[in-house]
Amino acid sequence: MMQFKTILKNPAEWMMSSGPNGEIVISSRVRLARNLKNLSFPGWAIEEDRSLVLNQVKPVIESLTEMRGAFSSELTDLTAVKKQVLVERHLISREQAAKAIGSAAVMNRKQTLCVMVNEEDHLRMQSIKAGLNLSAAFKMIDKVDTKIEENIDYAFDNQYGYLTACPTNLGTGMRASAMLHLPGLVLSDQVNKVIQAVNKIGLAVRGLYGEGTEALGNLFQVSNQHTLGEPENEIIARLEKVIKQIIEHEENAREKLYDDNRTTLDDKIGRSYAILRYGHIISTKEALDLLSMLRLGVDLGYFSDELRGLIDVLFMEIQPAHLQVYANRKLNAEERDCLRAKIMRDRLKNLPEPSKFYKNSSNEQPPEED
Amino acid sequence: MNCDVCNENDATVYLTQIVKGEMQKVNLCEDCAKEKGVTDPTGFALADALLGMDSDQEKSESVDLMTCKACGFSHSEFKKSGRFGCSECYSVFQSGLESLVKAMHKGTRHIGKVPSRYRVVKKYNDQITELKDLLLNAINDENFEEAAKLRDEIKLADADFNESNEGSLEN
Ligand SMILES: [Zn+2]
Ligand SMILES: [Zn+2]
Repeated sequence: MMQFKTILKNPAEWMMSSGPNGEIVISSRVRLARNLKNLSFPGWAIEEDRSLVLNQVKPVIESLTEMRGAFSSELTDLTAVKKQVLVERHLISREQAAKAIGSAAVMNRKQTLCVMVNEEDHLRMQSIKAGLNLSAAFKMIDKVDTKIEENIDYAFDNQYGYLTACPTNLGTGMRASAMLHLPGLVLSDQVNKVIQAVNKIGLAVRGLYGEGTEALGNLFQVSNQHTLGEPENEIIARLEKVIKQIIEHEENAREKLYDDNRTTLDDKIGRSYAILRYGHIISTKEALDLLSMLRLGVDLGYFSDELRGLIDVLFMEIQPAHLQVYANRKLNAEERDCLRAKIMRDRLKNLPEPSKFYKNSSNEQPPEED
Repeated sequence: MNCDVCNENDATVYLTQIVKGEMQKVNLCEDCAKEKGVTDPTGFALADALLGMDSDQEKSESVDLMTCKACGFSHSEFKKSGRFGCSECYSVFQSGLESLVKAMHKGTRHIGKVPSRYRVVKKYNDQITELKDLLLNAINDENFEEAAKLRDEIKLADADFNESNEGSLEN
C-alpha cells in the first residue's frame, strides 16, 4: 500500500502532464455521489452505522484494479496537517477533513482517482484529468462506479435517480468541474461579467477550494449546478461548450493585453519573477498571485513551456499544510511565509529572466543572444 | 391515477394532510378540487414549508413533527440542514418535494445512468405497464381472446421477474 509520504513526494499525474487546452484549463474533475440502501446518510448516522458502511464499502474499493497499490486511510488515523494536505490536493473536501469515525479516503497511485467514504454521502468518488478533459474524467469514474455497484446496493429511485443526502445532488449525483486560470479576464476587469453570464445558464463558478472560497491566483472552478433531469453526457457536453467559450474570452483578453498594454504585462511578469526569485517573506495569497503571473508569462512566451508543470506543482506545495509536512513540524504563519519564499527561490533559481524569446518562436524572430 | 372523490376523472391535484404525524394523501381532479374549495392546486403549501417560507404556521408545525420510520429523521431537521437522514426519507417526505426539486434542477425525473440491478426492475415495470395498457384496450374493445393472451403474458412476465429476483437474492 502507498505511504502518505509517497503522495507528497509525487505530484499528481494531472499536475505534471499537459492536457487539452492546458494553457487555460488546469484540470477537469468529475465527482459522483452514491449512497447505500437502508442505511442513514453519514451526517445523520450513528457511529456504528458509519462503521458498518465503511466495513462494507472499503474492501470493495480497495479490490478495484484501478486501486492497486493505492493509498487508503481512515481519517481518524491521519493528523490534522495530513488531512489538510489532502484537502490542498483536492483529494478530499474540507467537510470530510472535519469528519471523524467511519470516514476514509482511498486514492490511486497517480492521484487521479479518489473515493471518499462517509463524507456527506456514503460514497463520493472523483477522477481528475489534466486540462479540459471532462469526458475522459467521466469515463474513468463511470467505470469505477459500475464496478462498485456490482457489489454494493445503491439507493436508487425511479424518479429521482441516485438518492443523495442533499436534494441538490439528486439524479446523476454528478458534479463535473474544471479549474480555469483566468488572469486575462481578471486583469481586464471582465471576469465578473463572465461569471454572471455563466451563472445565468445554470453553471456555478467558485474559487480555488470550492464553495464560498476566494478566487486566489486567478483560479476559478466552473461546474454544473443541476444534477437531475439531464443525462450525464449532456451535462458534460454543455459544460465543455461553455468552458470553451470562456477559454475564447480569456484568449481574447490576453491578446488584447499583449497588444495594448505590453508594458503593464512586462512589469507584472517581471515583478512576479523578481519577488519569487529574491523574496524572503511571501504569504499564500501573494504566492498564488505571483505564480499566476508567471503562468501567464509561460502562456505568452516569456518563459519556456516546461515551467508550466512546475508552477502547477508549486500552486500545491506552497500551501500551509504542505509546508508543514515538508518542514516536518508545526509552523506559525511567519515561519510558513519564510519557508514558502525559500522553496520558491530554490525551485526557481535556474529560471532565466522573462523575455519575449519564446513567444511564437516559429513566426517571430528571436532576439540575438549575447 | 383517478380522483379519490368522483373516481372518474384523472387526478391532477395532489393534497397531503398530516394527521397525528402520519401523512395522508388525497388526489383530486380539477372539478372536485374546485368543488371542495381547494385553493392550493399545486400543493405548494408543503413545498413552502420545505423551503421555510411557511404561509400556514399550523400546517408547517404538523409537518415538522413528521419523522422517517427508517431513520428517525424529522422534517424540522430537514428545514435546518437541507439534508435528509436516509434514502427512505425521500418517500416519507415526498409530498412537496417535487416542487422543491423543480426549483433546484433542470427537471424532476432522472434520465441518466441506472445501476444494473435496477435496470431489471425498471425493464419489468416498463413491460408490465405496457402490457396492462394493452389489456385495458383489449377489454374496452371486447377483444377477449387478445385479453386472455395478454393476461398470460403478464403472468409470465411476473413469474420471470420473480424467478430472476430469487436468483439474485441467492448471489
Ligand atoms: Zn373528481
Ligand atoms: Zn429516513
